[in-house]
Amino acid sequence: MKKKMTTVAFTDTPEQAAQLNALIASYKDKEGNLMPVLQGAQDIYGYLPLEVMKTIAIGLDVSVSEVYGVASFYSQFTLNPKGKVSIAVCLGTACYVKGSGKLHEKCMEITGIGAGDISPDGKFSYDATRCIGACGLAPVMTVNGDVYGRITPADVEGIIRKYL
Amino acid sequence: MINNIEQLNELKNKYAPTVAMRLGHGHFVDAGDGIRKNVLICGGTGCTSSHSMDVRDALVKELKLAGIEDEIKVVTTGCFGLCALGPIMIVYPEGTFYSKVKPEDMHAIVTEHLVGGNPVRKLLYSETVKGNDILALDQTPFYAKQHRVALRNCGVIDPECINEYIARDGYQALAKVITTMTPKEVIQTILDSGLRGRGGAGFPTGKKWSFAEAQPQGKKYVVCNADEGDPGAFMDRSVLEGDPHAVLEAMAIAGYAIGADEGYIYVRAEYPIAVNRLRIAIKQAEESGVLGQNIFGTGFNFKITLRLGAGAFVCGEETALLTSIEGHRGEPRPRPPFPAVKGLFGKPTIINNVETLANIAQIILNGPEWFASMGTATSKGTKVFALGGKITNTGLVEIPMGTTLREVVEEIGGGVPGGKKFKAAQTGGPSGGCIPASLIDTPIDYDNLIAIGSMMGSGGLIVMDEDDCMVDIAKFFLEFTVDESCGKCVPCRIGTMRLLETLEKITDGHGTLEDIDKLEELSEYIKSASLCALGQTAPNPVLSTLHFFRDEYIAHVVDKTCPAHACKNLMQYKIVPELCKGCTLCSRKCPVGAISGKVKNPHVIDTSKCIKCGVCISGCKFGAIVKA
Repeated sequence: MKKKMTTVAFTDTPEQAAQLNALIASYKDKEGNLMPVLQGAQDIYGYLPLEVMKTIAIGLDVSVSEVYGVASFYSQFTLNPKGKVSIAVCLGTACYVKGSGKLHEKCMEITGIGAGDISPDGKFSYDATRCIGACGLAPVMTVNGDVYGRITPADVEGIIRKYL
Repeated sequence: MINNIEQLNELKNKYAPTVAMRLGHGHFVDAGDGIRKNVLICGGTGCTSSHSMDVRDALVKELKLAGIEDEIKVVTTGCFGLCALGPIMIVYPEGTFYSKVKPEDMHAIVTEHLVGGNPVRKLLYSETVKGNDILALDQTPFYAKQHRVALRNCGVIDPECINEYIARDGYQALAKVITTMTPKEVIQTILDSGLRGRGGAGFPTGKKWSFAEAQPQGKKYVVCNADEGDPGAFMDRSVLEGDPHAVLEAMAIAGYAIGADEGYIYVRAEYPIAVNRLRIAIKQAEESGVLGQNIFGTGFNFKITLRLGAGAFVCGEETALLTSIEGHRGEPRPRPPFPAVKGLFGKPTIINNVETLANIAQIILNGPEWFASMGTATSKGTKVFALGGKITNTGLVEIPMGTTLREVVEEIGGGVPGGKKFKAAQTGGPSGGCIPASLIDTPIDYDNLIAIGSMMGSGGLIVMDEDDCMVDIAKFFLEFTVDESCGKCVPCRIGTMRLLETLEKITDGHGTLEDIDKLEELSEYIKSASLCALGQTAPNPVLSTLHFFRDEYIAHVVDKTCPAHACKNLMQYKIVPELCKGCTLCSRKCPVGAISGKVKNPHVIDTSKCIKCGVCISGCKFGAIVKA
């Protein structure tokens, strides 16, 4: 999936910066360290801003383009922060044949943003995800990590409203 | 700490009675700990998504209130298979199966069943209630035809407790291998069993091992491919969540067989429960001494490292997976050299899928003849399928190879719900194809599926009914492949995009007969010229639907209609005047004011205004609105 760099300004706390430096130090000189470091950095910041990728590149002594290349390759890495209400619809096959395509359209309509985006006010972020493995509950959407199964497009608005 | 086999057996004998009550014989087994009953609650992804952990907490609370918390053992297990009925709870020794339980049901279950001895009938899975009798789980149609080898411990043991795994013969196979067999004997056993890789291509596992064993001594690796990327497949996840030690034990056996002392598990980060259980299992195995240095005092060393994937489908391809473990973009490399010669960090490496590994210990313990006695001439053993889509019993099933699709869909799966007709089953995910209703009696094995243009793949089996448009399904899979193509080679990167565009043209109603020919021609180019299996199999969904459902493609391009009424641009909503009572509900619900009519008179839809949102059809109480 094509990824867009974020338009949200980067801020970090001294604690976050210290955590990142400790993470880099713990993996330095280990084989295959870039992905675990990016995963750890995403846990710290919630996403991978360019500033963080630069710090990682310097810390692990690889080029920024290599870091960006890996970060943009894998769908789990997000270059955008998550919104206050983070919504995702599963577009795995089991959910798709049970109508998750319609949930996908409804979510984009309600939030006014496309998959992988965050609304300018930071209120919503929306993702179309791969199979999350809850196929028995298809079709499935998640809001801030809570799973809602067997839903119809008509349910979407009510579910999202609970989080506003 | 287990230093030798005697100590392993001691542990096994100590914990076997604890687990014995759950093996479905209906007998009480006294483990000498005062436990009367075991209550098993599913802690797999499906059931925890339907809040099974809240159910567990409520149960524990109710047990305390009733004062019987010392008599009832509550066990959080892996997946039982019937995910659609979650959260699931089973009471042993009787094997009573409760489905869709809620925290507020626990009071009744504790007071009436666990204290009073009478199961709460209204909460039982309906298939287990036959008149006055209550059947055990393994007597229901869903379970009766299954044969559990890879899943033998899923839904039986507590996956976070190594002792329960040991009670079920855990690590006995590893002990047998490293104390009584040579590496070549181990490989011969796996070869004789006929085990083929469960991840997709079906390559003989023993052969793979023998290639790596033949390499000169030195650093070698065993890699477990747990990057289950096929959308709609969750077999590997269930094994990892329900029986993680089975995978660790098999990796150590493989390590002994090829001469490796180190293994990596590459697991999807999207499976947090599986990742957590693997972490716990590795830690427990190391602390118990069944992984690490000098295992069972033999001088054999084996350590396992966990690596999290990051959501790239192509990383299921073995060379891409290795590149990813090495920390790069997960792009495949040309083969040869094969990983068995030059794999992870340039060293000889074998890569086995989770389900493949889950069979290994059982083959060692029961013998290759036992394994080869199941299945068909060329496909031995069992296969786990994730049943999904338009089917009553969504969930996980393990069946002997050679079981027919009809048995899986109609008997085990309970058929298509809502009185709809079975149209096709999709196997092999984005690399596979659709099996039409006319071939429903095909025995499922590797070679039969390939012969009919599909493939086993990892075991996703998605059922489709008459409302599913096969062109739309092909488009769905191509959207997936286009997204997941790593971009390294041209046929896949550009070819799949052109396939998708042509399919979009057809579903939008602008296709021509020429486009159908182009789809076929381009598909052949992509198949023959792509670098890795992702590209080589990407056109399969197109080719297989074209082969079996060509009339649907032709309806889209010639008649400009979608027979399943799924493609938005090719269908309209209509009101049947004879059925419409003029209740005005639809005209009030329509978001764009496309429906008009007088009260108590048939309404009409202005198709030029209609946005085909479907609100009217779901609201009509008289079934007067149809797709045409």
